[in-house]
Amino acid sequence: MFFVPFVVAQNGSRIDYFETIDGSKLQIKMVFLAAGTFQMGSPTKEHGRKKDESPKHNVFVSPFWIASYETTWEIYELFLNRVNNTRKADRGNVALEIDGVSSATMPYVNYNQEGFPAINITQYAASQFCKWLTAKTGNYYRLPTEAEWEYACRGGSDAAYSFGEKSTNIGAFAWHVGNSDGFLQKVGLKNPNSYGLYDMHGNAAEWVLDSYDPIAYIERTMTVNNPIVIYKNLYPRVVRGGSYKDAANSLRSSSRRFSSSSWKKRDPQVPKSLWWHTDAKHVGFRIVRPLDVPSKKQLSEYWVKPKKEY
Amino acid sequence: MKSDQKKRYNRRDFIGQASRLTAAGVVLGRLPARSKKLNSIEGEIKVAVIGCGGRGTGAATQAIEADKDVRIVALADAFLDRAKECLSSLREKYADSEQLDVNRDNIFTGFDGYTDAIDLADVVILTTPPAFRPQHFEYAVKNNKHIFMEKPVATDIVGIKKIIKFSKLARQKRLNVVVGLQRHYQKNYQTLYKKIKQGKVGNIVSGQVYWNSGGVWVRPRKKAQTELEYQMRNWYYFNWLCGDHIVEQHIHNIDVANWFIGDVPLSAQGMGGREVRTGKDHGQIFDHHFVEFTYPGGQVISSQCRHQKGCMNRVEETFQTTRGSFTMNGGGAGFIKNRRDRLLYNHDSKADINPYQQEHNELFSAIKAGDYRLDDSQKGIDATMTAVLGRMASYSGQAISWDEALSYNQSLVPELHSFNDEPPVSPNRRGEYPIPVPGVTKYR
Repeated sequence: MFFVPFVVAQNGSRIDYFETIDGSKLQIKMVFLAAGTFQMGSPTKEHGRKKDESPKHNVFVSPFWIASYETTWEIYELFLNRVNNTRKADRGNVALEIDGVSSATMPYVNYNQEGFPAINITQYAASQFCKWLTAKTGNYYRLPTEAEWEYACRGGSDAAYSFGEKSTNIGAFAWHVGNSDGFLQKVGLKNPNSYGLYDMHGNAAEWVLDSYDPIAYIERTMTVNNPIVIYKNLYPRVVRGGSYKDAANSLRSSSRRFSSSSWKKRDPQVPKSLWWHTDAKHVGFRIVRPLDVPSKKQLSEYWVKPKKEY
Repeated sequence: MKSDQKKRYNRRDFIGQASRLTAAGVVLGRLPARSKKLNSIEGEIKVAVIGCGGRGTGAATQAIEADKDVRIVALADAFLDRAKECLSSLREKYADSEQLDVNRDNIFTGFDGYTDAIDLADVVILTTPPAFRPQHFEYAVKNNKHIFMEKPVATDIVGIKKIIKFSKLARQKRLNVVVGLQRHYQKNYQTLYKKIKQGKVGNIVSGQVYWNSGGVWVRPRKKAQTELEYQMRNWYYFNWLCGDHIVEQHIHNIDVANWFIGDVPLSAQGMGGREVRTGKDHGQIFDHHFVEFTYPGGQVISSQCRHQKGCMNRVEETFQTTRGSFTMNGGGAGFIKNRRDRLLYNHDSKADINPYQQEHNELFSAIKAGDYRLDDSQKGIDATMTAVLGRMASYSGQAISWDEALSYNQSLVPELHSFNDEPPVSPNRRGEYPIPVPGVTKYR
């Protein structure tokens, strides 16, 4: 039933690697996760669970790489400031015009310090970062689907947390309301899960691609192949993993939280910013790269569409 | 004439006016319901928006949300396309609402369109670039309108003096005036203000106020634009229109220093320049200023504002007191510490109302009740004057007193009627604009 993916070299490409960004010394550590079937959602007896995690069901996920860390400011700002905006011709297998990727506006976010997760970023902005990185490297990056995220978070575990059923030991693995002092923390300070992924539980909650549908799992009776739920509405969309502001329950592998228009409540302009939230200091993101690159048309379906908000 | 004006507007008068106002405000707040409500409005409250950019559209939305009797009845902007964009944004949300009562006949454009729009309204929202605020304020007050106006209230001394003059008239006429210094309407600031005044950590001795960020939008020149049109589209980068970012943006943080100290500075000295934001479409303004403001009580406030990409952002105010320190920001933070760095209070802003909405909630509730409750004009004047003083100090590299700055009738904004008029600054053959040089530029 439960398949543990290999994090080993199967052929030339299926290994962990560091993505390099031309014109910068910064790198992004990417961890390979082989295809697998896992159980998404939580059993009714799980402590602290919510109804929207029902029923627990089988999901098949295709192979992909996922960033070991939440995206940090110094990485995000390469996109934000577009200082180095060229691409070497010989890289990757996805051709995308880099000048065609929209630029973000300047942030209204305090303490954008090196090593800290980039936060208060809209789902669209996070997705545009992926698009820019794709154009820059020729490798196809996007936000994870909700299923991919949970698969990666579980690290092969069926329990409430990647490190076990009980939250007693959570302080070793996660920043949460009990140990964060109310502040977001640098990435990678706690233990990783068994796949080598840091801060999947806690610190910044993380954007995924899916719209939030509390009954999304109900119709999933057979094993579902790479599920994704996308509605047109800007809200609510899913964030996963809980944050430094949340109690342990909200950090469980299957816990689902979602965005709301109140995350832009202090934006004084209309239309409101496409790029920045004002009240989502607890939300960041991490990127994935599917092994199989879809057709160009399909590929763009995984990039978040901009939606004006008034 | 000159000495008359100096007498009329010098620092002591500023303070006198401010304290009188506060006293009046308190008394007014306690007045029982008056039998005759001079300014009360029955039924619909008609609102005109003067300046239809993102902020004007946002303020219109907040006005609509503040009271169901609010009707947006007129839009005015120098540019037709901006007014139309504003209308279409409002229609996204209020197309079927009777609260949005604007069609082609009540959109007014050009330099003089504001008068027609204001004539149709009971309340005006003044949200153009700040250069035009004084003339719009004057017209609105003369015609008995309640006012919401954005900060800053002017870009030069002559503009500030006009605001002073007409704020007195507004007071006589009992017109409610709200200025968009929304920190005054934000719960974390209000709460800390109370606690500091109660003596939680003693008196302020010094402080640092910051608006350090990556900067704002640029609107590059387009073909067929006259020079004046280009400058007004790309207004942020021209001193006469914007006042430089120390005035246009950093005013929020400087205002907090004035507010919490309860005074305005005696003098300023500082530095600034253009280090990285130096393109042609970056006009004249500096990309950083650092100014020290010295207050009559001896407090010194360091004011930093920076528009440089890739640096650490910090938009915040922090103060040291005789027994500790406290820090606040627009993101809802507000904490007080003792000298041993122990938290004495940490504000939880989760349930706090959006301060931009609160400004309008209070304004329209006063108007509806026929009450005269709100007069932010002195705060707006003090904060604008402080920031302009800071700009004079960083541009010139000199130490300048408040009274000296005020005695100089600096006038940056010409009278304009057409996009073919000549703007006050023009580019040289290489497309560069005059840029202040510390040590060379004279503040007067």
